[in-house]
Amino acid sequence: MIDLADISKSYLMGQHSVHALSDVSLNIGQGEFVAIQGSSGSGKSTLLNILGILDTPDSGAYTLDGHVIENLSTSDAARYRNRFIGFVFQSFNLIHHKSALENVALPLYYQKVARKKRSRIAMEYLDRVGLADRADHKPAELSGGQSQRVAIARALITEPALLLADEPTGALDTQTSEQIMQIFRDVNDQGMTVVLVTHEPDIAAQARRSIVLRDGDIVSDLLNGSSLL
Amino acid sequence: MIDPLIEVADSLRTHKVRTALAVLTVAWGIFMLVLLLGAGRGIQNGVELQFKDDAVNSIRIYQGKTTIAYNGLPRGRSISYNNEDYRQVRAKVGHVDKLTARYYVGDNLVSYGGQQAAFDIRGVHPDHLYLEKTVITAGRYINELDLLERRKVCVIGVQVVARLFEEGEEDGPVGKLLEVGGTVCQVVGVFTDVGSRREEEAVYLPVTTAQLLFGGSDRLHQLMYTVGEASYQESKDSEQQVRTLLANIHNFSPEDERAARIYNNLDEYKKITDLFYWVRVIVAVVGVGTVLTGILAVSNIMVISVSERRREIGIRKAIGATPGSITRLIVLESVILTTVAGYIGLLASLGLLELLKATVPENEYMYQPDVNTFVVVAVTVLVIVSGTLAGYLPARRAAVIDPVEALQPT
Ligand SMILES: Nc1ncnc2c1ncn2[C@@H]1O[C@H](COP(=O)(O)OP(=O)(O)OP(=O)(O)O)[C@@H](O)[C@H]1O
Ligand SMILES: [Mg+2]
Repeated sequence: MIDLADISKSYLMGQHSVHALSDVSLNIGQGEFVAIQGSSGSGKSTLLNILGILDTPDSGAYTLDGHVIENLSTSDAARYRNRFIGFVFQSFNLIHHKSALENVALPLYYQKVARKKRSRIAMEYLDRVGLADRADHKPAELSGGQSQRVAIARALITEPALLLADEPTGALDTQTSEQIMQIFRDVNDQGMTVVLVTHEPDIAAQARRSIVLRDGDIVSDLLNGSSLL
Repeated sequence: MIDPLIEVADSLRTHKVRTALAVLTVAWGIFMLVLLLGAGRGIQNGVELQFKDDAVNSIRIYQGKTTIAYNGLPRGRSISYNNEDYRQVRAKVGHVDKLTARYYVGDNLVSYGGQQAAFDIRGVHPDHLYLEKTVITAGRYINELDLLERRKVCVIGVQVVARLFEEGEEDGPVGKLLEVGGTVCQVVGVFTDVGSRREEEAVYLPVTTAQLLFGGSDRLHQLMYTVGEASYQESKDSEQQVRTLLANIHNFSPEDERAARIYNNLDEYKKITDLFYWVRVIVAVVGVGTVLTGILAVSNIMVISVSERRREIGIRKAIGATPGSITRLIVLESVILTTVAGYIGLLASLGLLELLKATVPENEYMYQPDVNTFVVVAVTVLVIVSGTLAGYLPARRAAVIDPVEALQPT
């Protein structure tokens, strides 16, 4: 499903170059549920952005679902993201002047799905995250947990092969975090590959596989308790 | 097609103040532009109305007094014309198209049936018809045969008809016999004059008849002619030839401008057209200026809009918006802004022009201020093109926004 080989990424900070990722190789199979942990600045977000084709590595090879992700034009990258990948962010990233329903439907707009059909499907997905009754609410009128559920519905509406989440529970209390994790577990149970970044051990513990980064290196990779390294 | 429009309407609605500001700038620009064009047209119409009375390309020659001693002759000598001058002008002067003389009989009693009143009597040649822009409404004008046979016929203005004839008189005035200054003349035609009511109170006789009946022998008071399609320069040449010719015949200095007073209508016309050239230049400069200001304002507002919406654009890109779709969104937004604003300005200015037409009484300085369909089409093209231009740079900026950077938690 995901095949990373010797991925490196560094940023220039003044005179120094910071290695966000150094020679990371990683294999994630179809239907896995992976948590990525690590201290701040260890490269978690960088890795997730490369997986999501939002960012490009300096070197190394990335294959997603059989497609070699290399030298894509920005338009092609956008189309790949739209078709294969769903994103969930710590800060929800809903468009504030659009209703919950419109936010959820937006990815289908970029697939040129007709407006009526978009709304109908978006309603189904809102219903799946238990927010059908909030369809017409603007993000400002939603709680953090509700906002994140809308964001998840938006990520799922294109039925992506891969769901990526960067600290999805970072801004939420324990109880709402639990609801969010329940949704991730459910979609994973239905076969979707899920990769989430977190620094909370009890969140990571709910994944089947747990990867730990330190200074751009994978220092631990445990599948159901046994090391893959 | 409708989907992007809904997206745009949505985003414009979200930023009401900014949208209103942009709309105002562009609407104001277009408003001023169209108003200026309309007012310019109104002034031009007014001036052209004043020229309507007489043929625009005409040259008029009046009698005068010499102001320069010449060939042993003293100054202060009166110069007067006769039939020979008419023949010489016809034969020797270039660019003469329609030529007529005038023999002024002056006010004389004209009577028909029981009615009588004094009217201005003039002896003219057939071409006089064109020089005064006379319009025949019944019968005919004076012709060559009338002149040759010194026929006692006349052509009368509609005001004369109104005074002398009963309303609805059988057959109308043509063919009726009038008494003009004591002589019976047959009415052969009736005319109106586009220029003024005063002209319609005239009675025209064949010039030869007028000379015979009113003791003029072969005298003429005035010569006038048109220069056809001659250019301004050619008409000035023709004017010079007439002066030289008359100076020769009547023995006065060709430099003496007061001996024969010659007025070239094209001089006035040229002054006016020169003026309108500058009016148009100013309108164009002001118009282009305001439109440029509008483009800059919209462009500026779109730049602000894009930077305020970095995050939104980042989100859109993350979920699959291509750079092209972002470019289209911003350009479309800009075009819709300028188009709506442009039409608001256009409608407002057209409304004001209509109001002016309806409320300000007709006068010769401003007559029917108006703009034509061309202006409407031009404004449409202008706002769409300028909207695209205004939106393009901000749109390119938006298209290259890096989603990773834009989505950085703040
Ligand atoms: N745009 C950037 N410019 C410069 N340096 C960057 C940039 N993005 C990331 N870095 C650096 O790369 C390294 C990895 O960053 P990254 O965001 O992947 O860390 P992270 O593990 O997600 O941290 P956190 O838990 O704080 O989110 C850090 O040292 C960071 O400072
Ligand atoms: Mg991070």
